[in-house]
Amino acid sequence: MAYFSHRGVGIRALAAAVPQQVFTNLTDNPHFAREDAEAIVEKTGVYERRVAPEGMCASDLCFAAAQQLIEETGIDRSEIDLLIFISQTPDYRMPATSIILQHRLGLPRSCAAFDVNLGCSGFVVGLNLAFSMAGQQAIRKVLLLNGETRTRAYSQKDRKTGFLFGDAGSACLVEKLPGTADSHFLIDSDGEKNDYIKIKSGGYRYPSSCESVQEKVYEDGSVRTDEQGYMDGNGVFEFVITEVPRQIKNLYKRTEISKEEIDFFVFHQANKFMNEHLIKKMKLDPERVPFCLDRYGNTSSVSIPLTIVSELHASLTGMDKRMLISGFGVGLSLGSAIVDMNQVQICKLLEI
Amino acid sequence: MKEFLELMAETLERDLSDLNPEDEFRAYEEWDSLAYLSVISIIDEEYGLVIPREEFGKLKTLAEVYDYVQQHQGEEE
Repeated sequence: MAYFSHRGVGIRALAAAVPQQVFTNLTDNPHFAREDAEAIVEKTGVYERRVAPEGMCASDLCFAAAQQLIEETGIDRSEIDLLIFISQTPDYRMPATSIILQHRLGLPRSCAAFDVNLGCSGFVVGLNLAFSMAGQQAIRKVLLLNGETRTRAYSQKDRKTGFLFGDAGSACLVEKLPGTADSHFLIDSDGEKNDYIKIKSGGYRYPSSCESVQEKVYEDGSVRTDEQGYMDGNGVFEFVITEVPRQIKNLYKRTEISKEEIDFFVFHQANKFMNEHLIKKMKLDPERVPFCLDRYGNTSSVSIPLTIVSELHASLTGMDKRMLISGFGVGLSLGSAIVDMNQVQICKLLEI
Repeated sequence: MKEFLELMAETLERDLSDLNPEDEFRAYEEWDSLAYLSVISIIDEEYGLVIPREEFGKLKTLAEVYDYVQQHQGEEE
């Protein structure tokens, strides 16, 4: 269990963007009858998702969120010394999308930039990276961008995943904030379960081929290609309800912070059934656990910042609140953190 | 055992009178992947135990599930 703590750094501002285009799960999927859709939606809790139109990439959503954040905070772009872009739906296989964003956002060439390939744990792991780097003496501001166009990674004809995912991007500004409380992170990996959530083809292990783009019919009637994502929902469920409460319990123990001292618990928005189980199992007050899954679906690593922006805008802006965040999924990878939000500036959710 | 059967009846949305300890529950018409999730989830909630999938696969009857729960309850730290 990798433990990290950081002193004197924090989140200064947060922004998120979603596409304007709404996909209504009960009516808009031509491959499933309404009653099938209803049964799926009842369990997952995803009624609507935002779908990026053709040509719009994860980086475009992040770009919009970052522009809004920079304009509304009035920060000097030349003070951004590091840009981190976290996504599994980048613009290209190379170069790294972060480098392209450095230029698009008008950041100086003195800005360090790199991509990180992570999914649902990506905001927590990315924030830990951003906090670590921001603690460096000469690093003034770090821009952490999380973006996904997951709707394109899965088959609409797959009952497990065809109703679940949404597209979104976020921007998070991290810098030294003297006097802010220490933050604490726990991060775990379980590569033995790398098959649980996977897109098999398109990398170098199984390069794209004529066969990889052929649709195949699976046991449950789902249809997908090897270029599209697969998810072992039951396996993920078992992993999450076992390991997430365990990790969070360890975080309480390690930090000597109890759940009563935490104002908000923001979980990765996986699906309603699983998230509600986590709340019950950890005996959390549902009032302190915001959800946005019903309107935006599972947006992978963007779901935590998106939930903060869409649900906690009024509760956090200009306030001092303590938050527990937890992201879990593809890898499998999971991270949980306790982070104080002091006078954080939260931009209004952007629709582009 | 009675409480356990009541819990299973409720979870599987099946009449208690149609539920016997020796039933091979996978033969129930209510049994599907969502029922699996509901059962794993309710056992975790009520007994604080997540039955690993490979272990659950070996359990054929409700009585075997019940015995497994009795044996392993409280193992999770």
